[in-house]
Amino acid sequence: MLLSPTHLHIPDGFLSLVVSLIFWAATVIMVGLAISKTNKTLGEKQIPLMGVMAAFIFAAQMLNFPVAGGTSGHFLGGALAAIVLGPWAGILVMTAVVAVQGLLFQDGGLLVMGANIFNMGILTAVIGFGLYRTVSSAKKGLRLTVSGIAAWLATMAAALLASLQLWISGTSRLEIVVPAMLGVHVLIGIGEAIITVAALAFIEQTRPDLLTSEKTASSGGRSWIIAGVVVSMIAVLISPLASASPDGLERVAADFGFLDAGQGAAYQILPDYTIPFLGETALSTVFAGAVGAFILMGLLILLGRSLRRKSVTSEH
Amino acid sequence: MHYHAFDHYHAQESRIHHLDPRVKVLLTIGFILSNALLPDGSWLAFAAAWLLLLWANDQTRLGLGYTFRRSFVALPFAIAAVSAIFSPLGQPLAEWNLGFITLIPTDFGVVRFFSILARSWLSVQMAILLVATTQFPDLIHAFEHLKTPRTLTTIIAFLYRYLFVLTDEAYRLLRARSARSAGLPGKHRGGSLFWRAKVTGSMAGQLFLRSYERSDRIYNAMLARGYSGHIRTLNPHTMQRSDWLMLILSVLLLLFIQIIGWYR
Amino acid sequence: MPVKHKTTYPLTLPDCEGDILQIHELNFAYPDGHIALRDVSLNLCSGDKVALVGPNGAGKSTLMLHINGILRGEGDVAVSGLPISDENLPVIRALVGVVFQNPDDQLFSPTVFDDVAFGPLHMGLPENEIHQRVDEALAAVQMQGFGERLSHHLSMGQKKRIAIATVLSMQPQILVLDEPSAGLDPRARRALIHLLRDLPQTMLISTHDLRMVQELFPRMVIMDEGHIVADGKATELLTDAALLETHGLEI
Repeated sequence: MLLSPTHLHIPDGFLSLVVSLIFWAATVIMVGLAISKTNKTLGEKQIPLMGVMAAFIFAAQMLNFPVAGGTSGHFLGGALAAIVLGPWAGILVMTAVVAVQGLLFQDGGLLVMGANIFNMGILTAVIGFGLYRTVSSAKKGLRLTVSGIAAWLATMAAALLASLQLWISGTSRLEIVVPAMLGVHVLIGIGEAIITVAALAFIEQTRPDLLTSEKTASSGGRSWIIAGVVVSMIAVLISPLASASPDGLERVAADFGFLDAGQGAAYQILPDYTIPFLGETALSTVFAGAVGAFILMGLLILLGRSLRRKSVTSEH
Repeated sequence: MHYHAFDHYHAQESRIHHLDPRVKVLLTIGFILSNALLPDGSWLAFAAAWLLLLWANDQTRLGLGYTFRRSFVALPFAIAAVSAIFSPLGQPLAEWNLGFITLIPTDFGVVRFFSILARSWLSVQMAILLVATTQFPDLIHAFEHLKTPRTLTTIIAFLYRYLFVLTDEAYRLLRARSARSAGLPGKHRGGSLFWRAKVTGSMAGQLFLRSYERSDRIYNAMLARGYSGHIRTLNPHTMQRSDWLMLILSVLLLLFIQIIGWYR
Repeated sequence: MPVKHKTTYPLTLPDCEGDILQIHELNFAYPDGHIALRDVSLNLCSGDKVALVGPNGAGKSTLMLHINGILRGEGDVAVSGLPISDENLPVIRALVGVVFQNPDDQLFSPTVFDDVAFGPLHMGLPENEIHQRVDEALAAVQMQGFGERLSHHLSMGQKKRIAIATVLSMQPQILVLDEPSAGLDPRARRALIHLLRDLPQTMLISTHDLRMVQELFPRMVIMDEGHIVADGKATELLTDAALLETHGLEI
């Protein structure tokens, strides 16, 4: 059980409302962007392709291999999907996978689904594709090595972000959750890396046309490299900090007010705000909180839309 | 093959089954949201939410304990919240010296831990009830009505359709592998961990290629039937008066639970 | 409730005691409640070549999956005197070579060599012996020199042969083949018949191809609805038109 991928599928109740909504907003923006991008680059063929690929990731997660002591390594697939299909299609495919796992199998919650999609679909795509893109026109050996590192790092980063979300929500103690999650995922990540590399090597051998560098080049260049490298660096820097001196990270978070915002209920966003006719009661603060959360989410969605429009027009 | 267990829908003639799927989706999300809004330690409100859940269980005619029996899927994750018990906020309740570490559970921490469990346990049950009473295609329709982008819902529809086909395929690959995973007495069995992971990677690559080629064939079959880049579906659902009634009634109940939680 | 054995044809058990495979009153139901095997008893002697026929859904494939312990039903199954149990399973998998109907399931490695070497590698054999076994197995199915080819690019007939080679390299004592001639064109089918005729191993082969049975198999077992309904000389059973018709078979 300890090595099963469900450890990254956070159920409802374990993340605070604020953390859940923030990650929902971020996910909505990225998925919106992904939809408009894939509509352009992949054409009408995209839909059956991405649908079947999502089913593939789902089925591939069933493939396991014995590790030790009755546990087995599994496959998550986010990095592979982004490398083979391009980052945007990879994000959509993983979004569909996480959505169905949450909806149909209760593997991961609904209110926290934004966070789950972000961790397992978006972060893994940014790191997986971003790092792969740095060497996408290099020799086969280097490309495979880098994709292995990228897959390992993507798994670790997803585990790290999930632990940080749990910590900011006040569900787990930082000094416990980070080493525990990273410790487990060091192994899972190695399995993930080997499987990703072997799968890529297999595809390269049998259908090299699917991995041509023109195709990856068309899905955007430098910005992915920068995003991938920067996010990886952040993950690499935070992990030792979080596991070695949790107090330091805790203090930084407290100084910036992350902890208060995350742990409390939503009403803390608008602390001085009350609905007039309800008076200064708890109920009124609840209303205010809910209104505030929705306003925040709406703003983020609008921001996402305008960003999307901008990026669409900038390419014409 | 034998993966019917994937489909969690349970056919039954009940008011909940016949409810518009949009209402069910909104109420499920509303219920989970309501749990998230309740403050820690509002046991009365959690109990009220549980009563609401039991009532919903009863209304589906699947039996009072239907969701309870299936609610343990999120349980392993509770490990993640255990450390909350030892939150430094609050009064120490005890001191457990384990030799290498001293654990101090606090009142705040214990309340927080059980509140997290209560929220999670209630929320997962409502999600179970949603898929038990709604066919998955109806669920996809509901999300379409609720303005989920068509691209995403169509991908999910394809995922759902080919999920069964491809998991069967993965299962057959696994079976063929285990049929040849032999060992001889006195010899190390199974090769190296690296080799085992590599074989699994080849299986993933194999599965990927077959899926990719299948999607090509599906696309051709869609073209042959006049696909032009837009999936058209009929949206058969219309909100009835009973749907509105249920929606309003349940929202009022959820508000009532919030009042209990905050006034206590 | 035990289901009564509905025998419509006298069972003629083989001369020996069934030294290589003994199945005694095996029952199996799938988790969804479908009963696939009812009181199946079957003995195989060394060198037996047995055809297992019957309509789709008769339980043939389910029975085959019991022989190497992938499925475990109620009843006794023993291979070479070893009862199927968790500790015997690795050895039993080396003794029984199961070839699945769809070669794409069997061939999961990138190259033909990797696939044929999978079994020997898993058994922990030394490298030179692995190479030798792979060469022998490929030679036995007349696919010498295909080691570096990609399984993905082979024809259906070639894939079927390689799939057989993947278990021959494990040097099993029993070959269990699920519908080996399905989906082959006449020439590939003919080549397969020659191959099966020349392999010395004990064989249990499920098939719908009664002409192949006529040509190759001295003994035939008919299954229907989870029962073994006839077990005897193929030449006799194949002339019993009424029996064949009752169980949906035709030549």
